[in-house]
Amino acid sequence: MNTAFEVFAGLLILVSGFLSMAAGFGIVRFPDVLTRLHAATKPQVLGLATVLLAIFVRNPTWGVASTAVLIMVFQLLTQPMTAHMLGRSAYRTLHVRRDLLIEDDLGRDIAAHADD
Amino acid sequence: MTFLQIVSIAAGAMFGIGALAAIWRIIRGPSILDRALATDVLLAIAMCGLGAEMAINRHTDTLVVLLVLAMFAVVGSISIARFMAKQDVS
Repeated sequence: MNTAFEVFAGLLILVSGFLSMAAGFGIVRFPDVLTRLHAATKPQVLGLATVLLAIFVRNPTWGVASTAVLIMVFQLLTQPMTAHMLGRSAYRTLHVRRDLLIEDDLGRDIAAHADD
Repeated sequence: MTFLQIVSIAAGAMFGIGALAAIWRIIRGPSILDRALATDVLLAIAMCGLGAEMAINRHTDTLVVLLVLAMFAVVGSISIARFMAKQDVS
């Protein structure tokens, strides 16, 4: 029974490590800021969620559970703000590879409201 | 060698590869936005590593560190992105 929990926590930690490695590969291999932004969010959300679940599996108390939920809530509140600001700044300062975009809604809206 | 020791070696190797890739992007990154993004990734990998160490060694000493990092890690990247001017394109 105890070893089953150990195996479960170990598998969760391996998932988190794999996501961190995937984010590292993505941030090296992808061509511009927006695509790197897509790769970078993997360990920030799902990797941290699996690791927090592993901590709770190894230390099953209410204090650990509430703190883990609080950490995840703050991470889910703040990381979209960071991604939004970085993506907006990348678009406005021309760090976007236009030839890789399939659809450019923001550019169309900016062109439509250029006179305002 | 128990299962969790094998897990700690494998997960440590994978965290290390991810962190080295993020550091490489911080050094090489063509723009300051790439560097801010890679710093965020490095911080997230460090948080995952701290949590994995807590889960393997079965203690909760650094759970508060994770909470503070989750609350205040947003400040650096947002200030870089917010106050980046158009002439700082390099």
